[in-house]
Amino acid sequence: MTEEDSISLRDAPTRQMNMIEAINDALDIMMARDPDIVILGEDVGYFGGVFRATAGLQKKYGRNRVFDSPINECGIVGAAVGMAAYGLRPVPEIQFADYIYPGLDQLVSEAARMRYRSAGEFTSPITIRSPFGGGIFGGQTHSQSPEALFTHVAGLKTVIPATPHDAKGLLIAAIEDNDPVIFFEPKRIYNGPFDGYYDKPSRTWKGHAGGVVPEGYYKTPLGKARIVCEGSALTVLAYGTMIHVAEAVLAEKGVDAEIIDLRTLVPLDMATVEKSVEKTGKCLVIHEATRTSGFGAELVTLVQERCFYHLEAPVERVTGFDTPYPHSLEWAYFPGPVRIGEAVDRLLKD
Amino acid sequence: MAENTARTRGNLPPLELYVPEPRYRPGDVVDYSHLPVPPAGQLGRPDENCPASETWPMTTDMIRVLDEDDRAVGPWNPGLDAETLRRMLRTMALTRAFDDRMYRGQRQGKTSFYMKCTGEEAISVAHAHALAHDDMVFPTYRQQGVLISRGYPLVEMVNQIYSNRADKLKGRQLPVMYSARDFGFFTISGNLATQFPQAVGWAMASAIKGDTRIASAFVGEGSSAEGDFHAAMTFAAVYNAPVVLNVVNNQWAISSFSGFAGAERTTFAARAAGYGIAGLRVDGNDALAVYAASQWAADRARANQGPTLIEHFTYRAEGHSTSDDPSAYRSAQEREEWPLGDPIMRLKKHLIVLGEWSEEQQEAMDRELVEQVKVATKEAEKNGVLGHGLHHPFHTMFEDVFEELPWHLEEQAAQAIRERETKWPEWKGEGHD
Ligand SMILES: Cc1ncc(C[n+]2csc(CCOP(=O)(O)OP(=O)(O)O)c2C)c(N)n1
Repeated sequence: MTEEDSISLRDAPTRQMNMIEAINDALDIMMARDPDIVILGEDVGYFGGVFRATAGLQKKYGRNRVFDSPINECGIVGAAVGMAAYGLRPVPEIQFADYIYPGLDQLVSEAARMRYRSAGEFTSPITIRSPFGGGIFGGQTHSQSPEALFTHVAGLKTVIPATPHDAKGLLIAAIEDNDPVIFFEPKRIYNGPFDGYYDKPSRTWKGHAGGVVPEGYYKTPLGKARIVCEGSALTVLAYGTMIHVAEAVLAEKGVDAEIIDLRTLVPLDMATVEKSVEKTGKCLVIHEATRTSGFGAELVTLVQERCFYHLEAPVERVTGFDTPYPHSLEWAYFPGPVRIGEAVDRLLKD
Repeated sequence: MAENTARTRGNLPPLELYVPEPRYRPGDVVDYSHLPVPPAGQLGRPDENCPASETWPMTTDMIRVLDEDDRAVGPWNPGLDAETLRRMLRTMALTRAFDDRMYRGQRQGKTSFYMKCTGEEAISVAHAHALAHDDMVFPTYRQQGVLISRGYPLVEMVNQIYSNRADKLKGRQLPVMYSARDFGFFTISGNLATQFPQAVGWAMASAIKGDTRIASAFVGEGSSAEGDFHAAMTFAAVYNAPVVLNVVNNQWAISSFSGFAGAERTTFAARAAGYGIAGLRVDGNDALAVYAASQWAADRARANQGPTLIEHFTYRAEGHSTSDDPSAYRSAQEREEWPLGDPIMRLKKHLIVLGEWSEEQQEAMDRELVEQVKVATKEAEKNGVLGHGLHHPFHTMFEDVFEELPWHLEEQAAQAIRERETKWPEWKGEGHD
């Protein structure tokens, strides 16, 4: 955060919002500020998106700037690349992250390399928003967490908020960023934080510090992690929904953990991670995505490479399993409190 | 951020973006007079072996058989016997009764999700009746009528929808995403349009092997915008694949009207022309027309005359799914005013006109079908409903990822089972993990 941003933030009045409202607010503010921002995607216009993230924007900014698209993800991303080449700043929505694959070539081979191959003549300042993750009985095609695929591509930034406050600030930063950004929205926490106990009543963002959102414009810079809580027994690295599950489990266990919300996977705030692991000597990495070649593998490697002499135990990884998301066994798949708890016990054994 | 200022030149007009907008929104009065509904029986029926170009007039017009007086007229009348007509009527009504019951099941929390095909029953049912029973259908999620036509047990369908312990798909798939190989019903993907090129590939394989079976694929008009649709058309044309490619134009793709798939420029059937394949556009609420067009296309494919694209023109009478509220984006009147009527009522009236059916018989049949669905549902419920859905042995989660379980999945399975003892100590695995 720049000095200027933090000052304006401190004085700003706040409002209670859920994550959808925060995203809608960010889009609204940015569209009002910058006439080059356009929104396209399936159902985003009149209806405002199946999760209502773009509700009201077409009415306010007109059909030239917020419009439905054909069901064609390749077209959505490819057209966004072309619009960006003209000088617009498209913010396309992919209805579910699981449906980004038909647009993958435009994203990976085109948007991601546009600046590099044209030596900056053309760029792709595109922010692709897409709900991701499980926990809503969405079956195999509405539950995936494909973030590792994107972090593997040179030239893409990957951003994942864990609170409404961050969703708004990070989305504004992503839209202002001059590179293509994948903005994954953890749909399980659109309406409230989720502690991993699926059989307990769900909570809302009301009363949660992350649900207090400043009015007006502010930026949460990309590449800057958030220390959710300070601690000395162990460092937890997570993002999105898993932040809340980790918080609940560690509080329950009474572990003095330092939980770090990475917020952006690329660029990664390695300085904050290193500082924490050097202090605690132990590290637990958590994500919902499948395990093999997941982003956790990258995090574990980085920690080993850079903090090896500070480590007092092998770095642990808690993840989803290496299977597609099974509809009826969703809660057996989800890396919930039991799986996290076991890993914490192993780490703190001696 | 530098603002982009438009460059104007001389007196050239500024360019304009066109964004389609449907005619009616919630609260609007609906007037369908812009929608041409040609009289039944007028279109000629070319020979199945004709050059593709002879079908082009049929791609912008509409094949209709049942007329205003509920009689079957014209060269496309398939001349079905009363027995077959009654069977189709019954299957269509059963499909609707099934949908109604499953919709309520979802509302009662027995499953997470459901999708009805109300108003589209003629398409899947009549199409299935026109195919051979062992032709392979590559469906999307609104062709439950194909499974029901082919006699797939309703109990199995409910088991799948409830993701219960008897679900043949082991509780993995979203409700309605059936798979029934023995019934010529390809496994459904949640990713739209992917089955279209696959059907073409299946048909090519059938040709490579000198088989006699053909493939038939379905896609919604909204999904026809996907690249996969065009990939399928190209392959079908190049290899003259024995395949029927069906676009179900039910006017709406969630909240987006058909204009967002290009419907304002031309019909979906007319896309056949650009690929040089045969195309037919048919009244999808007229079971006889659907049967006739499907039979024509199937015969053509079987005679090695290649693929046909069929557009079934219909209306999605209900919401997109149980997660959708159509009153938020379209006029409620649209359904009431739909000029092509209700497919079940039209077929019923036709049979009555023929003297082969009566209102009383229809009522009795409806009661019987409700009962049949109820019995199947009760039977399936003995195997459990979704609930928090812990019916399947945890080991099944790791099976079928690969043919054989690699070490890492075996380890993960052990972990899942260990976690279960903490999470659900009361869980009974019936001898399985
Ligand atoms: C590749 C892909 N993109 C988006 C979706 C989300 N989605 C599911 S159904 C649907 C609308 C499909 O409309 P249409 O093809 O007209 O079929 P209908 O539902 O009307 O029968 C959309 C956008 C998806 N399932 N797959």
